[in-house]
Amino acid sequence: MSSLAPPAEQRQPTSTPTVDTVIRFEKVEMAFDQPVLEGVSFQLPRGETKILMGTAGTGKTLLLKLALGLLKPDAGRITVLGEEITQMREQDRFALRRKIGMVFQESALFDSLTVEENVAYRLMEETGKLTDEIHARVLEALRFVELEHTVALFPAELSGGMRRRVAIARAIITQPEVILYDSPTGGLDPVTSNTIIELIVKQRDVYGTSSLLVTNRLQDAFTMASHYFDQEQNKMVPVTDGGVRDLHTKFLMLRDGHIIFEGTAADLLRSNDPYIREYLS
Amino acid sequence: MPIFSPTEIAKDKVEAVQDYSLLAGRSLSNIFARPRYFADTLLQADSIGVGSLPIVVLTGFFTGAVLALQTSSTLQQFGSLSLTGKLVSLSMVRELGPVLTGLMVAGRNSSGMASELGSMKVTEQIDAMRAMGVDPSKKLVTPRVIASMIMLFFLSIISNLVGLTGGFMISYLLLGLDPNQYWTTAYQALRFGDVFMGLCKPVFFGFIIASIGCYYGLSAKGGTQGVGRATTQAVVAASVLILVSDFFITRLLMGIFQY
Repeated sequence: MSSLAPPAEQRQPTSTPTVDTVIRFEKVEMAFDQPVLEGVSFQLPRGETKILMGTAGTGKTLLLKLALGLLKPDAGRITVLGEEITQMREQDRFALRRKIGMVFQESALFDSLTVEENVAYRLMEETGKLTDEIHARVLEALRFVELEHTVALFPAELSGGMRRRVAIARAIITQPEVILYDSPTGGLDPVTSNTIIELIVKQRDVYGTSSLLVTNRLQDAFTMASHYFDQEQNKMVPVTDGGVRDLHTKFLMLRDGHIIFEGTAADLLRSNDPYIREYLS
Repeated sequence: MPIFSPTEIAKDKVEAVQDYSLLAGRSLSNIFARPRYFADTLLQADSIGVGSLPIVVLTGFFTGAVLALQTSSTLQQFGSLSLTGKLVSLSMVRELGPVLTGLMVAGRNSSGMASELGSMKVTEQIDAMRAMGVDPSKKLVTPRVIASMIMLFFLSIISNLVGLTGGFMISYLLLGLDPNQYWTTAYQALRFGDVFMGLCKPVFFGFIIASIGCYYGLSAKGGTQGVGRATTQAVVAASVLILVSDFFITRLLMGIFQY
């Protein structure tokens, strides 16, 4: 990814009264036929990235959808950017969601719209049309994910990895205060996965965006925890200063509806929990 | 454990009616709220109105023609063949024009809406839309409902006119009726209540077609199979609801206009 162009400008996140904790879960419970989340509590401080891990069906995607207010919990409180969304009307949530970016597991691009229209979707909602300014911002976002040349293509004409990158461009175009990534590298080859992770690391280190990332790929998770984006070299490089640099990246592990671990990569590797040992092996 | 629980089935049905009612209500209340999607509404009007024109014209023409053909033998027995225009006119304007247009458009557009929105639902495009702060009921449902209501109104008028023309062709070419007599009786037979009934029904049918199609699309689940199921259910439900509501609207308007 050495050819990654540096961002044209470092836009500040959309304005909201500054809060130290961007996402807070307090004793959140959710059940469908059976309980999925039971008393889940955690918080995501501003500027931090939390990597959410756990086996399939433990409620990782559900947790992201709850954070975005796409679903309502059965019990508990969820506060996002200082606003409690659990008691908020659906109509009021739309305004809050505009400050949050989301990258879906299968990209969820609008298949009848071009890449440009997909990336510009949020901005076009505000203006009603594709202006020159929006076009320039779309190109900037696509340049960030190295897909400037796909602007006129439809999602069906892109590979799986390219679709994820377009989804990232769509999520970052408004420079949201927090981005939720749902298995952004799931089903991709290692090289493409690394490209995606580099983009996420770049977003974290260049813009300082808070994020909640779901992944089942340990390699991706540890890459994020051990690499930073060097703007001078314009690429992701490993931390070599003895771990002094704080990458603001922590891990959460879900099991049977509970968070059984929260801490740094080093804490995770030192854990004596048999389940975590087995998960990491 | 029973294979199915009557209580659960009843709960599901009540919940479905509740969800449909909420969506239908929101689709109308959105008309008065911003943002308004005029471009989407025009696009849907083109798809629903212009796209349905060929089937509506064909259906209307042959319905009017067969109506004249079928009734002529009975009318002839009473020496009232000259009333063919009146009969075709009243039947088309009050009943067959709106209902058959509704059924045709339901078959074409309820299914289209259910499959389009259903595909968006199962591929998380609806969630993506909500995640980006856009209300799917405003962006997707309201434009379809408005476009269906407006376009079905005009499609029914076209269907009535074409049906009357079909009846005229049979009356003139096969039955040898005087053209002036046909059109005069057809025109004079219509009272304000008949025209009102004929123009009122398509607006309701348009609402049913779009709201049902969107409801089944937005509640689709279970991948492509689920989308197929939603499509079928949308057509069946819209068709049945059109016929059921036709009865009640007719009864109500007959009461109002004292038939």
